[in-house]
Amino acid sequence: VLNVFVFFGGGGGCYNAVIRLSFQCLPQQEIMKWNGWGYSDSKFLFNKKGQAEFTGKRYRLSGMILPSLQDWFENTFGASVKQHKSPATPSLNAGALPPANLNEAFLQDLTATGIPFSHEADDRVFRAHGHCLHEIFALREGRGFQRVPDMVTWPNCHNDVVKIVELACKHNVCVIPYGGGTSVTGALECPPEEMRCIVSLDTSQMNRILWIDEKNLVARIEAGIIGQDLERLLNEGGYCTGHEPDSMEFSSLGGWVATRASGMKKNVYGNIEDLVVHIKVVTPRGVMEKSCQGPRMSTGPDVHHFILGSEGTLGVVTEVTMKIRPIPEYRKYGSVVFPNFEAGVACLREVAKQRCAPASIRLMDNEQFQFGHALKPQVSSIFTSFVEGLKKFYITKFKGFDPHQLCVATLLFEGDRERVLQHEKQVYDIAAKFGGLAAGEDNGQRGYILTFVIAYLRDLGLDYYVVAESFETSVPWDRVLDLCRNVKERIIRECKERGVQFQPLTSCRVTQTYDAGACVYFYFAFNYRGLADPVHTYEQVEHAARDEILANGGSLSHHHGVGKLRKEWMKESISDVGLGMLRSVKEYVDPDNIFGNRNLL
Amino acid sequence: MASTTLYSQRDPMLKKRDDFEDILEERRNSSDLKYAVRCYAPVLYKGLTPCKANMLKSMVLQSDHLRYVINQVSQESGEAPDIIHEEASVILEEMAHRLKISTVRFFAFTLTKAFKTLFQHICVNEEEYGSWYINLQQAIQEHPVVLLPSHRSYMDFLLMSYILYTYDLALPVIAAGMDFMGMKFIGEMLRMSGAFFIRRSFGGDKLYWAVFSEYVKTMLRNGFAPIEFFLEGTRSRTCKSLTPKIGLLNIVMEPFFKGEVFDVHLVPISISYERILEESLYARELLGVPKPKESTSGLLKARRILSENYGSIHVYFGQPVSIRSLAQDKVNRCKYNLVPRHIPRKPTKETQSFVTDTAYRIVRLQEDSMVLKPWVLMASILLQNLEGLELSLLTEQTLWLRGLAQSCGAFLDWPDHTPSAKVVSSSLALHRGLVCVSGGRVSLVLGEPQGLVTPEEALFNRAVSVLSCASYRNQILHVFIRPAILAVAIHNAASSKKDEVFNCFSFLCKMFSDEFILCPGDTVQDFEEACYLLVKSGSVQTLQQNIVVTDRGQSTLSFLNGLLESFLQGYQVVCQYFCEEACDSLTEKQYIPAVRSFAVKLILAGNLRCYEVLSSDMQKNALAALLRLGAVSKVKVADQVTLKVNKLAVNSLEDTLGGRLPTQKAVLARL
Repeated sequence: VLNVFVFFGGGGGCYNAVIRLSFQCLPQQEIMKWNGWGYSDSKFLFNKKGQAEFTGKRYRLSGMILPSLQDWFENTFGASVKQHKSPATPSLNAGALPPANLNEAFLQDLTATGIPFSHEADDRVFRAHGHCLHEIFALREGRGFQRVPDMVTWPNCHNDVVKIVELACKHNVCVIPYGGGTSVTGALECPPEEMRCIVSLDTSQMNRILWIDEKNLVARIEAGIIGQDLERLLNEGGYCTGHEPDSMEFSSLGGWVATRASGMKKNVYGNIEDLVVHIKVVTPRGVMEKSCQGPRMSTGPDVHHFILGSEGTLGVVTEVTMKIRPIPEYRKYGSVVFPNFEAGVACLREVAKQRCAPASIRLMDNEQFQFGHALKPQVSSIFTSFVEGLKKFYITKFKGFDPHQLCVATLLFEGDRERVLQHEKQVYDIAAKFGGLAAGEDNGQRGYILTFVIAYLRDLGLDYYVVAESFETSVPWDRVLDLCRNVKERIIRECKERGVQFQPLTSCRVTQTYDAGACVYFYFAFNYRGLADPVHTYEQVEHAARDEILANGGSLSHHHGVGKLRKEWMKESISDVGLGMLRSVKEYVDPDNIFGNRNLL
Repeated sequence: MASTTLYSQRDPMLKKRDDFEDILEERRNSSDLKYAVRCYAPVLYKGLTPCKANMLKSMVLQSDHLRYVINQVSQESGEAPDIIHEEASVILEEMAHRLKISTVRFFAFTLTKAFKTLFQHICVNEEEYGSWYINLQQAIQEHPVVLLPSHRSYMDFLLMSYILYTYDLALPVIAAGMDFMGMKFIGEMLRMSGAFFIRRSFGGDKLYWAVFSEYVKTMLRNGFAPIEFFLEGTRSRTCKSLTPKIGLLNIVMEPFFKGEVFDVHLVPISISYERILEESLYARELLGVPKPKESTSGLLKARRILSENYGSIHVYFGQPVSIRSLAQDKVNRCKYNLVPRHIPRKPTKETQSFVTDTAYRIVRLQEDSMVLKPWVLMASILLQNLEGLELSLLTEQTLWLRGLAQSCGAFLDWPDHTPSAKVVSSSLALHRGLVCVSGGRVSLVLGEPQGLVTPEEALFNRAVSVLSCASYRNQILHVFIRPAILAVAIHNAASSKKDEVFNCFSFLCKMFSDEFILCPGDTVQDFEEACYLLVKSGSVQTLQQNIVVTDRGQSTLSFLNGLLESFLQGYQVVCQYFCEEACDSLTEKQYIPAVRSFAVKLILAGNLRCYEVLSSDMQKNALAALLRLGAVSKVKVADQVTLKVNKLAVNSLEDTLGGRLPTQKAVLARL
């Protein structure tokens, strides 16, 4: 399928080979934004009438008008859709890009292997970043980055990776693995101080399901596969992995392993570390894999756990054996309204205690509830609007819920029909004990649809002087409320102290429940009009928020990882000795720091 | 409601401070009854969980913390948890307040009547930039607030609630000593005005501590009301600030350390009395005349004091201090992550030292805003001239001292546009119980010589005057303490070399750290501050590595030396007692009467002229210093605690204090 052509450029007798891939094999890059989230055809905008709409055809929300978004947006941020715009630069200033620092000998050997590569500016910049605010902001300003990969290579299989890593070791070239590019920890950023040639190893061509073992319900999958493709391909055979991180449209299996990803439905299927049965990884020392696929072993510390969360510092994950499940027969959304966040958290805690969490259960705070409302599409009939009004009346007037206090939990049940219905009843009964009212399937489903489009909203904000970001943590149950309150308060204070002129939006939701605690996700956004360096201000506030999280018993990260963004807290988080353990593994596996993205340690 | 009569310090010589507002002014011109029943609707904490005083109790009894401790105590004692729980509930019943607005209104009415007779003015600071009550109101709305007033009089907490009521601010709940509860009716009245009662000592009682700390923390977390307590622990009988007790401060900080609240704000409040109601009572108490037990009838007898003039009261509300900002980079809150928060734990060293530092800082803030009257200056001078001095000389020296005090940052309330002779004479008039003027000479009164008195009685009478007078001098000690210690250090040091003077300074700081507010660990800073102040006033010069007294500095240094003279002497007498008299079986209880009679003997024999050593406060502080420095140690024999003396060490401390022995590191190291 690869359509490779080679051309030679005359350059003073210098050998200069570029193997260019045709566009067919790079579908992602071509259909995705170069300076924002997701597909190029899908975005929020305010149309000429001033109404918000979501373009494209890919999502349930696509092509819809969102009548209340503008009001919400302007009122929440003090932004003005008409007056204060901050549009992105249409294209990257190629002059801003540092010239490719190529290692000729490596290039020569790589060419000999026939593995495609490129040092086109577009390709390099596309793989020089993840989706941190500072990265996207720099791109929108057309600034680019201080250091980007010098070349990109596309191995097609495990053996290609082995060859590339061998050559990299031989020629002392720095390799940065690249999967879906959805990192939000600065993990893909090239260290500015890296003097060697940096090769971005793009795993996107390693995207096959190698085999499916229905007896053991596992599948062998190449690590470059993207989440939605994996699910689609497995679905064809009646299976699924059930691993659905919010980024699953774009993130890759290898990336999940490298960051210890977590999926929305982990209550049924488990997190990535529970799903993985076998990992094959190419390191500078050679290939590491276990000799069997036993479901659990007592063979010393699990070597998989050196790789899970290694963030590309030890090698490239090439193949993974992963558990699969038959597609559930029945699926049902649901939602519950609580009078306040405290009641909601208490209910989730009880659900976790009784170990009856549905596939997914998420609790949004009031800010997010209101935000969700702002994203309601135009109602198609008078009847629907009448019913909506009736519901609202029932909840706020009849039940006495304060619209500025109430919050919503969204639910997703999966399994056979009877069990789902039984399960549903159990959960709603618990909810009722905490004052929760069932609020219908629609609200639940909308919550999950929003999950995928919410990432697009940051780009809309950025068009109107609003910066936004999310971050997450995990925390013991008894500290959830204190942590949420203190972190929000800290953000508000820090913004004020740092001269942010408008009240910031802080919002959180409990996205996962565990026996001993929960995962909490924060959204944070503010209007940066009047600030000289909004990104810096933003980073200071986020830093303070992370300090606050740690001081309140939260973890450094639940599933985003550490990257470079949170390295400074690693020692405090895992102790000197713990850090030393990780370092010594790194020193043994990769003494020359070939995998030199400098994440984590 | 704000009165329009502001009285201010316009003299440009005076340190520019805030104006004060006399809250009695309006009371004198309008109905007290109306005032007592007026609409009272203070701003409350935004995170308030509304609950009644009774609900508070059940929250405390059902808390994880208390349940944990109950189980622990039950396991240790073998008693059933139910019984321990019952005990806890009894403790709580005895402790808890029953804040009722009607009682507050009753006090608003009666106190107004009393205040108007007792005091000329009750002045509350009125700032130019953002008034204190707006700041306080905001703080109360945003965070749990802890009010930390200085403690000189029984009046203090009624006065505080009275002022907060006047300004329509949330009424506090107040940690009060159990002794009040002895007064049946009044005790209950106080309870209903927000006081909760704690035993004076409950060191080892786990259950008591748990009930008490959970009670305070529950009120703090829920934002029930501002919490008020006295960092000094008890009323200062000497009118100088007592070294802070950190137990309660620890408790109110814990919810912040554990993330249960975002922040807690501390409000230092300085209450200065021109004349303290308990003035002569305190002196007698310090001299060992037992204090009358608090009883309602005793209080009624105290009505006599209603006929006296007690001048004015100044109350200064400081800026609320955020614990969060103080603790930044000092306390690692992650330390609290690894143990469930309801399990009581000893604070870490880091936390301990932070809390101690904060306590000292707050006490210093209280001290800095204490309003000083001219009489305080005069008392300081009179105490250095016990034989009396010419009125004109007193006036002259008072003016000189006024300059020195101001250059050291004293918060002086010197009347405007009044001839200094008038200022001096009106101060003398107000304190005519303490001083007399005859034939142009001013001297302390020596007590009433009624009939035949024994030499001891005469001595005690004189001591009462001296200690009463000292309680006024003590009010200005915080202004001069660092320069004064430096002055003594310069005097005692073997040479003028800076490091030698510093050695001496640091020795004195160690010695006197129970006597004065000298934060442990701040010695270098204190030394620099002292040098700065003395250099600024032109009293010393620092040349190369030497500290040299200037010609015009002689009088300043001699005054400063004189200020500490009685303390130096007093401590030496205590040392002398330990070396010469103390027997091996001396118990802690016998110590104070024994030192007192030792000192009395010395004075009667004409070998000692220092009366202040008769003060039990100084004796206790000196003992604490000797214990801290290891020269004396406590030994538990049967159920008695006896004091074991290391005579060599005590002796060398005595000599070092007297400047007869150079401060050597070796000496200190040996201790």
